[in-house]
Amino acid sequence: MSDAISVKELTKKIINGDSVFILDVRNTGDFDDWKIEGENVEVINQPYFDLLEGIDPVMDKLPKDQPIYVVCAKGGSSEFVADQINEEGYENVYSIEGGMKAWSEHLEPVKIGEVAGGSIYQFVRIGKGCLSYFIESNGEAAMVDVNRMIEQYEDFLNEKDAKITHVFDTHLHADHISGGKKLAEQKNAAYYLPPKDAEEVQFEYEKVRDGDEYKIGETTIKALYSPGHTIGSTSYIVDDKYLLTGDILFIDSIGRPDLAGKAADWVADLRETLYQRYKELTDDLIVLPAHYMTIKEMNDDGSVSAKLGVLYKENHGLNISDEDEFRKTVSENLPPQPNSYQEIRETNMGKVSPEEEEQREMEIGPNRCAVR
Amino acid sequence: MEVTVNKVLDAKGLACPMPIVKTKKQMTELEPGQVIEVQATDKGSTADIKAWAESTGNQYLGTVEEEGTLKHYLRKATPEEEKAETKHPHVTSLDELSSKVDGDEKFTILDVREPAEFAFGHIPGAKNIPLGELEQRFEELDQNGEIHVICRTGNRSDLAAQKLTEKGFNNVKNVVPGMKEWSGKTNNNQ
Repeated sequence: MSDAISVKELTKKIINGDSVFILDVRNTGDFDDWKIEGENVEVINQPYFDLLEGIDPVMDKLPKDQPIYVVCAKGGSSEFVADQINEEGYENVYSIEGGMKAWSEHLEPVKIGEVAGGSIYQFVRIGKGCLSYFIESNGEAAMVDVNRMIEQYEDFLNEKDAKITHVFDTHLHADHISGGKKLAEQKNAAYYLPPKDAEEVQFEYEKVRDGDEYKIGETTIKALYSPGHTIGSTSYIVDDKYLLTGDILFIDSIGRPDLAGKAADWVADLRETLYQRYKELTDDLIVLPAHYMTIKEMNDDGSVSAKLGVLYKENHGLNISDEDEFRKTVSENLPPQPNSYQEIRETNMGKVSPEEEEQREMEIGPNRCAVR
Repeated sequence: MEVTVNKVLDAKGLACPMPIVKTKKQMTELEPGQVIEVQATDKGSTADIKAWAESTGNQYLGTVEEEGTLKHYLRKATPEEEKAETKHPHVTSLDELSSKVDGDEKFTILDVREPAEFAFGHIPGAKNIPLGELEQRFEELDQNGEIHVICRTGNRSDLAAQKLTEKGFNNVKNVVPGMKEWSGKTNNNQ
């Protein structure tokens, strides 16, 4: 019998930079769309249905001297294939528990640093590139850009023994389903959205406005209106030390203005946010985005962050002096839009309430919120 | 949508890899050309069944969702039919057929594929008599009318055209290659 490995353990290995060999046994279409990636990750694909009668098709590609991790969609086929490989005499074979479904949902908390009276954590959703935040001070806490798997945040909250008072979204997301409203309801906290993104939202929420300040214990969170990815996009500045940029500015790319079909209208907003509003802020702010695109953007400790001053030097999207070239960059030749982005937006507006299984299907696939 | 099949496989409630393991086993018991309906509830089964069929040279016809059950239709294909061997002397191309369909001339398109294949896409107005039933049903056709026979690749339609000629039909053309390459309009039985 082969062994199993949890996505949490696998995540740790990948963040550590361990050499990881993965055999992905999903069908090739799904594999090509989206797969496990990492600095030292080698991944090959052979659909499980080619391996039902033995592992001959992959035999010469499997390493003898390192562990083999097998992954499929949900964990059933990978176990079957891992057993087959094990029977061929390979000792170190593991089936990744829960498959790509679990991989896409796992949240890894990484401490970013201190705030007045507490600390700030980043939740890295490594399978999808989503980042969400937990800010805690003197037993009170706020969360930003919460994903839909709220049980995982709740476990973390119980561990930290913090009471959640505020849940913020930087904007109406189009690439993943927000868990903000749900978490706020369960914790009796207030849920905040920028009103310009929320015109069609079907539920009660608190309006975030430019310049609003929120006290979390001793910490202050300040809202900064920063449109461009969406018309309402709002950044949050924590303790004048951290800048939560949402989908406006990433480490190695910038936001795209087209996910609500408004590329042309929002280009000027995006430019103003990136080239004026943010520019007026101090270079020492640590940028904490809502996404990352590739593992290269990850720091050695698994966090995704960089100083604003550094990004003004190194991020191509902040260094396009010609306005026309900027417009072309963010509105032409864009990568494909995220899978099901319209349905995801409608879910986040409360217009539709798909079952959990369906929500999972909607989110499957790579993240595509940025342009380089 | 009603689809006639030779075999129904219940794989409801099963998780991967079981729907494919079972389909594979059933498929070996089918005669070439026969059609199986695989019922599954695993959402991932659609892409997997399709990819599996392609990798094994079988024919994936389509999937219908009914009350939470996915019904996948597969036909056991044979390597021979891919060759489109044509012994019937009168053949016509898809282009010629296409312009004829657009014209005013009266003629019959006879589709000799299995009803399940027909159900997932056929030329509007085509009549479906599967090759296996032609011997019993050829009298449904007008012996003096012009008949264009089509299948997936041109192989079964060739056999059908020869059979009709034997029965005294004298204006029969085999359409090659067949529905596999047809890019014109299609209907399906919804």
